[in-house]
Amino acid sequence: MLDRSLVARRDRPLGAAPTSNDRARVAPAPAGVRLSLRVRGAEGLSSLGLGLAINRMSAEGERFSARLGPDEWLLGAGEAELETLEGEIAAALGDRFRSVVDVSHRNVAVEIAGPDAASALNAGCPLDLSDAAFPAGSATRTLLGKAEIVLLRPTAEPLYRVECWRSFATYVHGFLVEAARTA
Amino acid sequence: MLLIDCPFCGTRPETEFRCGGEAHIARPTDPSALDDGAWAEHLFVRSNPRGLHAERWIHAHGCGRWFNAVRDTYTDRFVETYKAGEQPSHPIDDARA
Amino acid sequence: MAQPHRLPQGGRVDRATPIRFSFDGRTIEGFAGDTVASALLANGVHLVGRSFKYHRPRGILTHGSDEPSALLQVDRGPGKIDPNNRATVVEARNGLTTSSQNRWPSLAFDVGAVNDLLSSVFVAGFYYKTFMWPRSFWDKVYEPVIRAAAGLGVAPQVADPDAYANRHAHCDVLIVGAGPAGLAAALAAAKSGKRVILADEQPEFGGSLLHDTTATIDGQSAEAWRIAAIEELDGYETVTLLPRTTAFGYYNHNHVALTERVTDHRETPAKGAPRERLWQVRAGEVVLATGSHERPLVFADNDRPGVMLAESVRVFINRYGVAPGRRIVFVTSGASAYAAAADAKAAGLEVVMVDLRPERDCGPEAADLRLKGVEVLTGQTVIETKGRKRVAGLVVAPCANGTVGDRRVIACDCVGMSGGWTPAVHLFSQSRGKLAYDEGRDAFLPGVSAQAERSVGAAAGLYDLATCLTSGYAAGAAAAGVAGGRAFAASQTPTGFTPVRDLPTDANPAKVRAFVDFQNDVTAKDLKLAMREGFESIEHVKRYTTTGMATDQGKTSNMNALGIVSKALGRPLPAIGTTTFRPPYTPVTFGALVGPARDALFDPIRTTPIHEWAAEHGAAFENVALWRRAWHFARPGEDMHAAVDRECRAVREGVGIFDASTLGKIEVVGPDAAEFMNRMYVNPWTKLGVGRCRYGLMLKEDGYILDDGVVARMAEDRFHVTTTTGGAPRVMNHMEDYLQTEWPDLDVFLTSTTEQWAVIAVQGPRARDVIAPLVSGIDLSNEAFPHMSVREGAICGAPCRLFRVSFTGDLGFEINVPADYGRAVWEAVFAAGEPYGITPYGTEAMHVLRAEKGYIIVGQETDGTVTPDDVGLAGMIAKAKKDFVGKRSLARPDVVAAGRKQLVGLATETAALVLDEGAQIVADPGEPIPMTMLGHVTSSYFSANCGRSIALALVADGRALMGRTLHVTTPAGFAAATVCDPVFFDSEGGRIHA
Ligand SMILES: [Zn+2]
Repeated sequence: MLDRSLVARRDRPLGAAPTSNDRARVAPAPAGVRLSLRVRGAEGLSSLGLGLAINRMSAEGERFSARLGPDEWLLGAGEAELETLEGEIAAALGDRFRSVVDVSHRNVAVEIAGPDAASALNAGCPLDLSDAAFPAGSATRTLLGKAEIVLLRPTAEPLYRVECWRSFATYVHGFLVEAARTA
Repeated sequence: MLLIDCPFCGTRPETEFRCGGEAHIARPTDPSALDDGAWAEHLFVRSNPRGLHAERWIHAHGCGRWFNAVRDTYTDRFVETYKAGEQPSHPIDDARA
Repeated sequence: MAQPHRLPQGGRVDRATPIRFSFDGRTIEGFAGDTVASALLANGVHLVGRSFKYHRPRGILTHGSDEPSALLQVDRGPGKIDPNNRATVVEARNGLTTSSQNRWPSLAFDVGAVNDLLSSVFVAGFYYKTFMWPRSFWDKVYEPVIRAAAGLGVAPQVADPDAYANRHAHCDVLIVGAGPAGLAAALAAAKSGKRVILADEQPEFGGSLLHDTTATIDGQSAEAWRIAAIEELDGYETVTLLPRTTAFGYYNHNHVALTERVTDHRETPAKGAPRERLWQVRAGEVVLATGSHERPLVFADNDRPGVMLAESVRVFINRYGVAPGRRIVFVTSGASAYAAAADAKAAGLEVVMVDLRPERDCGPEAADLRLKGVEVLTGQTVIETKGRKRVAGLVVAPCANGTVGDRRVIACDCVGMSGGWTPAVHLFSQSRGKLAYDEGRDAFLPGVSAQAERSVGAAAGLYDLATCLTSGYAAGAAAAGVAGGRAFAASQTPTGFTPVRDLPTDANPAKVRAFVDFQNDVTAKDLKLAMREGFESIEHVKRYTTTGMATDQGKTSNMNALGIVSKALGRPLPAIGTTTFRPPYTPVTFGALVGPARDALFDPIRTTPIHEWAAEHGAAFENVALWRRAWHFARPGEDMHAAVDRECRAVREGVGIFDASTLGKIEVVGPDAAEFMNRMYVNPWTKLGVGRCRYGLMLKEDGYILDDGVVARMAEDRFHVTTTTGGAPRVMNHMEDYLQTEWPDLDVFLTSTTEQWAVIAVQGPRARDVIAPLVSGIDLSNEAFPHMSVREGAICGAPCRLFRVSFTGDLGFEINVPADYGRAVWEAVFAAGEPYGITPYGTEAMHVLRAEKGYIIVGQETDGTVTPDDVGLAGMIAKAKKDFVGKRSLARPDVVAAGRKQLVGLATETAALVLDEGAQIVADPGEPIPMTMLGHVTSSYFSANCGRSIALALVADGRALMGRTLHVTTPAGFAAATVCDPVFFDSEGGRIHA
């Protein structure tokens, strides 16, 4: 019988404290579920954001779906929702060939919010982040300095979620804090 | 820094991409049927033109898709980009010709 | 008296805000709004530096970023020192410490000035001609001496404490230069509502309007118009105004790089504010309103302090309220200097005008100036200047048809010279636009654009104020895609000049030093010598004489150099060509280019979930790609050697624990997954059962090993692939490439899971005992869970993929748990292992343990030219497969030829001797050089388990040489070693199945 005291807990790589810069506030996001969904020819389906255009996302609460390429979606949900989400994928796609890979622990999210958030991101992100070019509901893989990130803008608020691989989180977080300071 | 028109994502900065050399060099379906000379040609010989060149690019830090582009090797101007499996609409210069 | 040369009124300086800074230890007083140059002049300081080669006294030539002479070391505090600042650009403020450069022991008495007396020695190409022989002198004598004598400033000694920011920005219209043309362009573009960026290198917008105090625009003073224009622009939310921002590079696809100087001008910068910000602007359209540079005149000793450009004299008077001299002689070949002379006269200074043009070629400006009571001499030439560290007189003489008349000395303390104007086409040229020579303006003008760009105003050779405004407005509107031009009424600008090259003189030509390039000390004589020696292309002349190659890139000198070469060769100027303009337009700090990419942000430092534990337990780390990996866990008092021995023994005798999280992992999913694996790897995959693992070997199409790793079949349609740590991205790219571009018909998807899993390797005879109490849902017995298999279950309640694999040759498990559980599971395993003496081991012990077993490491035993057979892994190749990536190349003639290097073991004769990795191997140490090299050592360690050193090597026909003694290079000579099987430990291989 397994000793309860040995049961492991999730240990995120970044602390939880946000910076105090109100013009561009940087805060590590809590742990959640992330699934990488790969499927071809599913654009006709409406659930799970499968009908989104490439580089667009939909979001509601902790749930989101971001279409990162012609056959690639990043699905997000609250920490307890892994089975629910997998169930929804099964219901939506039936027998259709797909790949679903749990990347909840691979991805780490940092949020940056405030009137200077886009300028701070532009310290390392070469994309045009103006409202016209990167409006609410935009989502794409891109670069932040020397790290690859997924940049998500769920709403029209100046709030961006930056997702990166776990071992890049310290760099990405540090980069954003420095960028926010000098934006 | 160039701007490259990904067929899936639109115009993006060069740093998100990586070039994969000359395009339209299909891997033989049966390499064992090629003699040594033909196989060496397939592996190592490229056209290297001064002018329009069809080349492979991947939107590595974007949608992750390979696609093709026609680029002028003299001016660095991109003439067109198109999806893998498609053909360019511009004639390509071939320095071997 | 402080600031004795400050004019009683006028200028844009704030006389209510005095400031002080130091120059060569002396306190200089000035006003807010001064540059260091204007404050120095206000205090009568003209001598500010020594020249590069001859150490000649030099002063202030210009008033802007084209300054070649007045270069200062500026010290803003500890670590905040940088050299080669142009005094005409640095804004004066409290707390600055500035000093002159290239002088010793002092500016007034400089030992190096002896070079000036030897100037006949230091001719063009001097270095090329002199420091050639004997060759042995180069390292010890010539180079150190040249380096000490040449160069200007001194590099800082400590790290730069300032922060530098970076900003990618996008706009519809980028306008470079906020003089009248640029302001007009911005006004027009802004009206469209599109995004406009207006950048100017000066602290204030306005360009020439800042000193053209008598000009009018649309019936109001130019100043009133300027203020209204800036106010209007400031009112647009879509317009970004960037003063103190220099566009220095114009790259492909309208990518323009600019540096914004954010805090240098502030005595107390805002906390955290960056010193500079690099703007990388991607613009839909670019308007270049970069203005023009005045040309010096080329006559003997034209570099004497006090000799400056005519327009600069005007700027110091009008913009800074400073008299650069009390008695000023203007020398000109064109009209614009008359405006300067008139303003100098109006400021109460004594003025003489010397015009090189014959009277009939002078415009109405000559008569106008005479009316103001100024003596105007026409048809003159300049012979030389008088004085030493400050000009005291100008020697002129009438000159007609090449005949020089009687000399006259005009006493003066300042000379304002004007040889005409050169449009600043640097950015246009960088954009790959083609320049076109315009004979009427004696200038290269922007011709055909290569990008979405327009040049306007003086940058396009349009010098008249109204024309500047009109052309700017039209370009701004067109760039923004809106219709409509606008006419401007403005006061007339005196324009037009007669190009002159080096001035006629009656002096001995061998003695005349008439400077063309002030910063690199190149004279007209040097250029002529270069041509006599056969250099005719301007690109060659430039490199031979170094004209135009200093940090100012020849802004003041290029046209004069071209003109002199053209005249001497008797060829039209466009036939000489123009030199290539390269970024940066003006010098850029390393800080701006580096931006935030320093210290912790220099590169991402990738660490595993177990990294902190390792650090807390005394690990030393090594870099593997971007990863930091635990190298060894030396205990207090232990050296690395002892630590590695202990770690290696612990694994063989008990149990060790190792962080393998950095291994690359790829989830290969889909109905065609096995087929895809068959094509990507040399091995067969179809029959690999679910729950089983196989060592996979991957080739490039050329047949050479690309990567290796254990692959597990998790389900019929799902493989868990592992790669080397450094090879993870390479393997993923390689697989994606084939999948997408060669076999898009395969139903397979790839997902990188490297970072999803923390991997804890538990290795050694007691491994099973350690993990058993923590694992649930998996039968760990040898029968149920044999070597090279995988099971899914839980460990410490966390889901896990448990691999029974070994890279040590002993019983081993690799626990894959979701990364956030990594540390907790590691700690639980470590605690459970303590009764068994569990020992954390690092990458060094891991390397030794695998070498004891003869396991290869890709990148160590392989180097991109090694085939499976070379390393004894031909048996991995699935014989039945018709094709896989690299298969055809394994039949290439050079791959099947005899004599290839093969992996073998090497046992040194001296058991304790550890060979150097990379050491060369020969058969006969007595063979004369060049010796026949048989191969090299690829891995070499001391093995505590074997009680001796072990080595792996690639040796030509090595497998046929078993038992032979070969000789390996060492720092002390050759060492004998016997060729042996590469498996040094447990050659029967029984331990792994325990
Ligand atoms: Zn794309």
